[in-house]
This record gives sequence, C-alpha cells and structure tokens, in this order.
Amino acid sequence: MHELSICQSLLDQVEGIARQHGASRVEFILLQVGPLSGLEPALLHSAWPLAAVGTVAETAELLIEPAPVRVRCLDCQAESAATPNRLLCAACGGFRTRLISGDELLLARVELTIPDPDG
Amino acid sequence: MCDTCGCNITPGNEHLVRGDGRLAHTADGRAAVTVLQGLLTENDHQAAHNREHFDQHGTLTLNLMSSPGAGKTSLLEATIDALGGSLRIAVIEGDLETENDAVRIRAKGVPAIQIATGSACHLDAHMVHTALHHLDLDGIDILFIENVGNLVCPASFDLGQHRNVTLLSVPEGDDKPAKYPVMFRAADLVLCTKSDLLPLLPEFQPERAERYLRNLASAAPFAVLSTRGPGDLGPWLDWLQEELTAQRARLEQGLTTKSGGQSAGAQAAAVSGHGHTHHHHGHEHGHHHDHHHG
Repeated sequence: MHELSICQSLLDQVEGIARQHGASRVEFILLQVGPLSGLEPALLHSAWPLAAVGTVAETAELLIEPAPVRVRCLDCQAESAATPNRLLCAACGGFRTRLISGDELLLARVELTIPDPDG
Repeated sequence: MCDTCGCNITPGNEHLVRGDGRLAHTADGRAAVTVLQGLLTENDHQAAHNREHFDQHGTLTLNLMSSPGAGKTSLLEATIDALGGSLRIAVIEGDLETENDAVRIRAKGVPAIQIATGSACHLDAHMVHTALHHLDLDGIDILFIENVGNLVCPASFDLGQHRNVTLLSVPEGDDKPAKYPVMFRAADLVLCTKSDLLPLLPEFQPERAERYLRNLASAAPFAVLSTRGPGDLGPWLDWLQEELTAQRARLEQGLTTKSGGQSAGAQAAAVSGHGHTHHHHGHEHGHHHDHHHG
C-alpha cells in the first residue's frame, strides 16, 4: 500500500513540468507500469484523486499503460515473453536472462493547457 | 534505471518517444510533453546520497527484508554473537510501532536506531537518512537495516544499501518466491530460516523454494539455516565476510555498488562518477551509473 506515496511523488513531478511550461491545467497523464515494478495500477488509480485534489492536476485524466514482461537470454540471446514469476528463456529454458521490459514505473507523458501569452 | 541516458526506453514504451518530439501538440491543441522519468526519482536520489555516506565511512550496508516473524531480529542477534568480537556492527530497525527490536539489539552491546514508521508499510530513503543523523558510522564495518516485515512494499524502495538479503522462513511455505516475485527478484541473497522446523513441516522443501527463486532468473545464493539447534550459520557468515571484502576492494578503486538482485550480473559504479548535487532537479549523473533494469 505505498501507492499514495507514489502518487505524491508523481504529483511533484507533474506540477514541476506544468510550472516549467507555464501551464494553467494538466489535462492528461500517461504512466507506464510493469507488473514487476511492485505497483498495483488499480490502487494507484484510487489513490490519485486524493493526492491531486486542489492542484493544477486535479482534473487530469490518468491513464496507466501496462508494460509487457520480456526477457533476453544471456546464453542463447533469444528475446521472449515471460510472466512475473517465470522469467525463463522461452527458447532454451535457461534462467540466465535479463529483464528488458516489465519493471517500468515511469511518467511517460503529460498533456497541458498552456494559456496563449497574447490572449 | 536513470533518466538521462535513455535506458528507461524499453521495447514496451519506445513507441511513446518515436515521432513527434518532446513538445508536440495534440489534435485539440494541448501541449504534450514526453517525460519518461521514473516515479521514484526523489527516493532514488536520496538513496544515492545515503550510499555515498556509507561509502565515505567504509561501511557495508545490508537491507534485510522478509515477512513479519521470519526471524530477522533473531538472525541479527545470532550474527552479533558470532561476529561482534571481530567486526563493528550497527543496526537500523524499522517497525510500525515499538522500540522492542532496537532494545533487543542494544542488549547485545550494538548501537541500534529504531524508526517507528507509524502506519507506513516500508522504509524509504528519507527515513533512513533521518536515522543516520542519530548514528555515528565511524568505524562501523557493517550496518544492517532491518526493514518493516512485509514482502511487498519494501522491495520498491532503494535505501542506499549495497545488498538486499531476503529471508524466507520454513513456516511460511516454499512457494513464497513465486507469490512475491518483486521481492525475491530484488534479493542478492536468500536465507531460508528456521530450518530446525523442517522435521515438523515436511511439506516445505528447500529445493522447491530454490527452484521458484531460479524461475525469477535469480542467481542469488540460497542458504538454509537456523539460529537455534543445529542450524549452520556458516554460509551466511562467510557471505558477510566476502561482501565486506568486496566492499573494501570497491572502495579502494573508487567504486560503489547497489543492490537489486543477481539477475543483471555485476553492478559496479564509480563513486566519483555520481556527481550528485543537493538539488532535486536538473542534476547530472555520471557516466558510470548503474544501468540495469532491476
């Protein structure tokens, strides 16, 4: 249940970006969360409004894109899909693999409304 | 991961950075900013400072994680009994409430700082930083951070430790690595504790627990031990000595290391290459940063 503290950290980053671009409102936030990040997207969704209330991102739509679990084999070099608790190479069955996707915990994109300076 | 060299870009998200540049506009005129920044950046930054502090004092720092009651404090008591004469040890204890664990450690003559997290389910780098203000690391060989008993959240927060040690006690069942892959993937060493209970719990098969660990692409050593009865602490004490020797060798070469499991191979980073500042924005990491995913 550390999703609220992650939301606080997300909000700090989003507010920083909004300030940097002189935005009046944050409209949309895209996160990328892999199953091996240790973060539960549904809990993040329910915690977000608590963190965002009263901020420039209060009305922003939060979209959490799942990242696929993929590994590359250090022995046979094959790249394959895996599951969170079975990260073996699908080609040779070896366990000497490196995770190449699936532990992401990223702020990928934000969309902002920036007031027209002449308006 | 880091935010400066592009290692955050994975096959799962590269489509997000292709094409329209960093400040494109959507069809309805909003400004779209591509960020690709880790959500734990601030914690990771504090953790790097903690690690620098440990390295400056020549201290090896180990993060102990497990479910509640797996025997972390008992392991520390037994470790102090075995090594307290030859090594200087200090302990940071994390619990929701009470000073009980710190009192047990202090009774062994070892400095212990208790962090009472209230309702927080894990330690983070800032809490450890605060605790470090109350702990003199001069001459300390090994600092143990006993994390909050929890197999979920502590795995996600770097505290600045050099290695993660995850305990799995026999009464918990041998499939814990399959049920909590994030935690066990992060382990640099897995200790199967309370082996004196194996005769009572024949359904727990250490070989099966280790197989579940290997399924996570982990090459972390797996040792079976008990702090009472005939349980052999030898492999654990040997591992500590090896890690301490490795830490001293790294420091002589101006290198540091961070925990995160054995899945990505060796992980050395230059201490002097960090180039950290105390600002949370706009800092540059050195080129020797740790670029593995995990």
